[in-house]
Amino acid sequence: MKVVSYIAQWRGIVKEAMNRTAIAVKFLCCLHITDNYFCSPVHIYGPSMLPTLNMVGDIVLAEHLSQRLGKVRHGDLVVVRSPSDPKKSITKRIMGMEGDTVTYFDPMLGDATRVAVVPKGHVWIQGDNIFASLDSRHFGPVPYGLIQGKVFFRVWPLDCIGVPGQ
Amino acid sequence: MGSSSFLWNFTKKFVTFGLITVTVSDRYVTVVPVRGGSMSPTLNPKTSSSAGNFSDDYVLVEKICLDKYKFSHGDVVVFSSPLNHKERHIKRIVALPGEWFGSRQNYDVLKVPEGHCWIEGDNAAASMDSKSFGPIPLGLIRGRVTHVVWPPHRMGAIQSPPREGLSSL
Repeated sequence: MKVVSYIAQWRGIVKEAMNRTAIAVKFLCCLHITDNYFCSPVHIYGPSMLPTLNMVGDIVLAEHLSQRLGKVRHGDLVVVRSPSDPKKSITKRIMGMEGDTVTYFDPMLGDATRVAVVPKGHVWIQGDNIFASLDSRHFGPVPYGLIQGKVFFRVWPLDCIGVPGQ
Repeated sequence: MGSSSFLWNFTKKFVTFGLITVTVSDRYVTVVPVRGGSMSPTLNPKTSSSAGNFSDDYVLVEKICLDKYKFSHGDVVVFSSPLNHKERHIKRIVALPGEWFGSRQNYDVLKVPEGHCWIEGDNAAASMDSKSFGPIPLGLIRGRVTHVVWPPHRMGAIQSPPREGLSSL
């Protein structure tokens, strides 16, 4: 007799556990979809985007719809998967789309300005701080497929909330 | 009232199922069709008899490798084309970052840059690969092909081909 009541209790507990797990799984799926397809926070680190973005501790929001729809433009701040290390993401500004001729200046290589043509399917990215930025001037134009998202809003630090400047 | 609550239940289940499918196919494993013959005879082999040519191969692509981006020689991968980000191609990795790679065609030896890899199709004659657009960044890779799941008579794991003549030093 006791065994029957134990089994009934157990079944109730298992059903409750499955319900809770289902809710947790659904929540994690929604989180994944929002993070990948809509909007995700990015933690910025490094001096290559001064003065637009601070050196340490900025948190910005990047949206992933523009790059999927091909609407990323010249002058956009984008989060890009680094071509030298696929586990890292870098944040730079787009200075040339495919087919453009880009004129750039690299202080580390002397005073000459150089010219490059961006091939099909690639973009030219540069940090705002040209004196301390490793970007397309060093590793060349990057394929559009490496762009992960476009930065549209800064949420931290609190006194710089808003759209990052031009 | 009964039919509207049935519709609501059905919609809820449909949306849940859709969310879970999208998440699993983005993060863990998915099945994709293979178009074109650039990976012949491994995938979509062109047979002279008409019996085997009715449909494309379907393969299992796992995405767990995108956590660490650690690939090995002979891995067949799915990647976004560097010439057109909307297209996805399937080819084999023949050289990893930092390796010196000797290409058969023009007897050049070149070094694959850090973070890039050299990919080639098994059917060298009809394949748009690194021989035309150079090494590709590992960040373009979207998954690794592990098994063929359709047609049934060719179901099974993908093998590394016997490398004849091509050597990476």
